[in-house]
Amino acid sequence: MSDNPSLALDGQAPAPPGPLPMHNESGSKWMIIVFLEWFGDLGIFSWRVLRAAFTPPFEFGELYRQLDEIGSKSLPLVALAGAAIGAVLAMESMESMTRFGARSLLPSALVYSVVHEIGPIITALVVSGRVGAGIGAELASMKVTEQIDAIEASAVNPYRLLAATRILACIVMLPLLTLASDLCGLVMGWVALALAEPLSFHQFITSGFRGSDFSDLLPPTFKTAIFGLIIGTVSCFQGMRTRGGAAGVGRAATSSVVLSSLFVILADVVLVKLIIIFFP
Amino acid sequence: MTTIADIPIKAEALHSSNVPAIAVENVYKSFGSQRVLNGVSLTVGRGETLAVLGSSGSGKSVLLRLIIGLQSPDSGSVRIQGNDIAGLSLDQLGVYREKMGFLFQHAALYDSLTLEQNVAFPLLHHSRNMSASDLSDRVLQLLKEVGMEGHLDKMPADISGGMKKRVGLARALALDPEILLLDEPTAGLDPISSSEIDDLVLKLQAEHHMASIVVTHDLHSAKTIADRLILLHGGKVAVEGTFQDLQNSHDDFAREFLKHS
Repeated sequence: MSDNPSLALDGQAPAPPGPLPMHNESGSKWMIIVFLEWFGDLGIFSWRVLRAAFTPPFEFGELYRQLDEIGSKSLPLVALAGAAIGAVLAMESMESMTRFGARSLLPSALVYSVVHEIGPIITALVVSGRVGAGIGAELASMKVTEQIDAIEASAVNPYRLLAATRILACIVMLPLLTLASDLCGLVMGWVALALAEPLSFHQFITSGFRGSDFSDLLPPTFKTAIFGLIIGTVSCFQGMRTRGGAAGVGRAATSSVVLSSLFVILADVVLVKLIIIFFP
Repeated sequence: MTTIADIPIKAEALHSSNVPAIAVENVYKSFGSQRVLNGVSLTVGRGETLAVLGSSGSGKSVLLRLIIGLQSPDSGSVRIQGNDIAGLSLDQLGVYREKMGFLFQHAALYDSLTLEQNVAFPLLHHSRNMSASDLSDRVLQLLKEVGMEGHLDKMPADISGGMKKRVGLARALALDPEILLLDEPTAGLDPISSSEIDDLVLKLQAEHHMASIVVTHDLHSAKTIADRLILLHGGKVAVEGTFQDLQNSHDDFAREFLKHS
């Protein structure tokens, strides 16, 4: 582990372990060491970002740029994904619910599925793919071309300028994108149902939200702020610890998407359980 | 924001002209099992230019990175204007870095910003009260100093290596540094561009009177722009003194180095 406050979080770290040892026991030890080292570095990185985020000077200009980059520019993709999932869900559910004589529950089932689970997780995974790869590749490229060192040499804290702004933008934009995705999913779900049988949007919404109120929407929507935290943190971390030129940039982009998607899915399991406990 | 008052600092050291601008004392640095610096010491006074010579991989660039705090030594100390920078946080280091300009070997210009924005970057972050017109004037003045005033809107990808070095130099000078660190300023340049960069560095030295360290393996460049030089070999200082001292040295590596330069 580096003793350096600078970005040589990895630049100064001991050389990475060599090829995976063939012996099973040694291989397991190696994996455990790499695993623990990764989490240790992530912890140090997160602490530096947290400290930088709450001390002036604040980088409002860069934050605004990232809100646009992460939020506005993800909107079309998220809306399209939400709309497609809403339509597919409606078409798939229609037949099975009719078979079980529960066709009247179709709007409720659709609203519940989209708002509680499908909307948030699809939004998070789409943003993880688009934004995670973008952040990972951009920061990795800056790292290997010494641009991050140049920022630091200019007496600017890169954790504040590059990481805190991107993570905060992800935290703020994920719930908003989720609302957009939910809306598009519900509208297209209604369209799919209305094409099969006459159903006004008002009837669909009234029937869909029967038995639930506005407060039911909040936990599943705001849990995506946690997804945003995960996507932003993992992507910035993977980008800023990159080594190894163009190949390193590619690895950073890929690992940003893979790891942030994986942690989002794992976090979802925990968050759903917590929501069930605290918002029954 | 961290200010000079927030960090343990010897106030008299900041202003005393007897204190060297840079003092590196008995510094060791290893990467894995490879020892790069093996007890290196040097000092640079105000207005003085020191050239650090050595073959590739001899730790010249690492030495510069230790001085600006991008890496920390395994042991030994790095003092800037009399103050040890070991163990300082990023924001505390920033106080010293504002006094230093750093030209990276490959210029390290921000590739998503224009040349004008690159030079404006340190000013935007450290002179936040500066008006837009003052900022623009200052950037233009800096780019004029390095002969790049006609390329404000170009992107780094659209200019040559020599031009990138010039813009990198303008960015390094943006905060009026008291210390200038140049990492291979003429590496990869043709002889004419190298000579132009040398002349530019000499001109800037005369105008700004900074303490400078120039890392190079270009003996001609070192002879042109430096007052003193050190030759690194095996992680240690093999020769220290003037160019004349290097020529008169009986050190085997120094002779070999001169023979092939």
